[in-house]
Amino acid sequence: MYKSTRRYRSAVVVGLMIAATALTGCSAGGGGGGDDSSGPVTLTWFSGAGVAANTDTMKALAAAYHEKNPNVTIKVDASGPSGSPDIDNVIKTKLATGAMPDMFWYNSGSLLAALNPDQTMLNVKDEDFVKNLDPTFVTAVSSKDGVYGVPVQSAGGGGIFYNIPIYKKLGLDIPKTWDEFLANAKKIKDAGYDAVEQTYGDAWTSQVLTLADFYNINASDSDWAKKWTENKVNFADDPVALQSFTKLQDLKDGGFLNKDFASAKLDDGLKAIATGTAANYPMLGFAEATIVANFPEHAKDVGFFGIPGDSANSAGMTVWEPSALYAPKNTKHPAEVKNFMAFVASKAGCDTITKTLGVTGAYVVKGCTLPSDAPKIVADMLPYFDSGKIAPALEFLSPVKGPNLASITVEVGSGIRSGEAGAKAYDDDSKKQAQQLGLPGW
Amino acid sequence: MYPRWFLLPGAAIYAVLFIAPTFASFYFAFTRWSFFNVEFIGFDNFVTFFTDPQLSKAFVNTLIYGVLTSGFKVVLGLALGVLLTSNILARSYLRAVVFFPVLVSTVGVGITFQALMNPSHGAINHVLAFFGISGPGWLTDPNLALYSIIAVDIWKGVGLATLIYMAGLVSIPSEYYEAATVDGASGWKNFRYITLPLVSPATTTVIILSLIGGLRSFEIIWAMTGGGPGFSSDVLASVIYKQYAAGFYGLSTAGNVVLFVLVAAVIIPLFSWLNRKQVDL
Repeated sequence: MYKSTRRYRSAVVVGLMIAATALTGCSAGGGGGGDDSSGPVTLTWFSGAGVAANTDTMKALAAAYHEKNPNVTIKVDASGPSGSPDIDNVIKTKLATGAMPDMFWYNSGSLLAALNPDQTMLNVKDEDFVKNLDPTFVTAVSSKDGVYGVPVQSAGGGGIFYNIPIYKKLGLDIPKTWDEFLANAKKIKDAGYDAVEQTYGDAWTSQVLTLADFYNINASDSDWAKKWTENKVNFADDPVALQSFTKLQDLKDGGFLNKDFASAKLDDGLKAIATGTAANYPMLGFAEATIVANFPEHAKDVGFFGIPGDSANSAGMTVWEPSALYAPKNTKHPAEVKNFMAFVASKAGCDTITKTLGVTGAYVVKGCTLPSDAPKIVADMLPYFDSGKIAPALEFLSPVKGPNLASITVEVGSGIRSGEAGAKAYDDDSKKQAQQLGLPGW
Repeated sequence: MYPRWFLLPGAAIYAVLFIAPTFASFYFAFTRWSFFNVEFIGFDNFVTFFTDPQLSKAFVNTLIYGVLTSGFKVVLGLALGVLLTSNILARSYLRAVVFFPVLVSTVGVGITFQALMNPSHGAINHVLAFFGISGPGWLTDPNLALYSIIAVDIWKGVGLATLIYMAGLVSIPSEYYEAATVDGASGWKNFRYITLPLVSPATTTVIILSLIGGLRSFEIIWAMTGGGPGFSSDVLASVIYKQYAAGFYGLSTAGNVVLFVLVAAVIIPLFSWLNRKQVDL
């Protein structure tokens, strides 16, 4: 009798535990805060943990907004995984299961297209603040049916960061063609420096040279991105596009890389280019903020130029649109979220970012101004913007971006695979993405 | 033995959490699926999966990984089991030490060894440099990365194999050894003709558990290399994960079906073969 009572009791306990687990499952990831819009509201802003400058931006914007709107507190939750593909996975899963907090930070362009925004995200197409944004950026945060994000930083160039003291000491000029670049690299190597820094410990950094070369493809055919989306051109068969991969192979073949290229990380690379152990580092403009923060005494030692192509006359720069602030469709506070978006996409938002990071590129919000004392890297980018010798990176012109590019460029850059084979592998990889998106012609 | 209603709760949980998803996955493997839209595309996912140039490499890596980790766990587990069931000093303490890595989080072990194996500032290469050896890039050399992970996996998992072997070894009646010793059998003969055949149920358990674990291993690989450099330490499970993360839900489900079939095709025949070989005590 006693025994059976005890069994009964433990069955009840187990039942309660299951019920409790199910209940917490339902409430996990909710936005928090009250439903009553007149009372104080807490909004949670989610992001990956990869880049400290991004987290600083979020915190600064949240604090500046709270100062003006004391009723709304924005909690920054930068607890997501740091690298692709883990962060892509978390974002997709949170959106699909309705577990995304009120707002999140994510890339614009093709990565946004893969999130299925029409079904999962808050459409802000008809809001006034969208009219304030640069049209190229709006395209990069739009789908067929809507507009979904506002820019959280500035548009910047992708290209080569170079160490000015080394270039001066060896009497080198900024290369205008890829052959000149390789000739420079040879001289730098012979002088005992690392000619080109690579950091495959953070695999995404391996793609920068290939992606930033898109200006040269676009210069050869301004419809290339459209044809790529329609599967009419590819990297392996187009001699200009193929160079985006063979250039990476040239670096390895020439013996130009730093010795620890396979394990070094982004911060190691930025340190090398700032302190002058390496002379060139293919990188995106946003990393300038990290150099200024970590090596203020070397902030003027690092300059920038676009990836050189075949012709000296057409030398230009590939531009990255900023990441964006988005909200899931099921946020409990759409009005507050839109109000915060309007703040971010305003001059006050830009000024907050400038105060936090300094100048990292050109803002895509109308009315935002840059202070005159732009750091060297950004100052080197501005002439490209002014002369119009720019093209957005392919991922902002086409939704087709193969998910394995970073692994493929690590292979090409490490000499595991040739440039030709890498281009072919990337074409195949992109085919899967296009098919998943249901694009015609694939 | 029990009334029908007594089995119902278990059956309901089993049906909802195991049977339904399994059959659903067989369906979704034949679709292009985005959580919101489902389009039936026949065998296309399987064609894509098998024509994926990275996949043949991942397939071979999976088999290497499963066979090597399982093999070493059997050999080392048995050797450690014999050592730790004999009369040695501090036996309980040594048993605990061997088992300890099993208790630590796999991802934690992976991240720790990623730091230890760093080619330029990792502890392992610092120690080697002290003896004048220039250590390799354990996780950055494409020919070595997979084997470095395998070594860590063995270190982490051998404690469980040892535990299973110790249970098997102590259940062998000591009369056999006494009789054999009276007949003049040497230590090696004791091991070869008494221990090895009579401990075979433990061997079967260790092989099956570690082979299944090895074939579907993921966490430690992801924590240490993410399948890299490039694709050189990718296994089926990491390829499937990357496809899932890219949003190719149908394709990655197809990959899971393939992994399920592979594990079943290896384990079921092996299991029945090992069972037939067993000797009764």
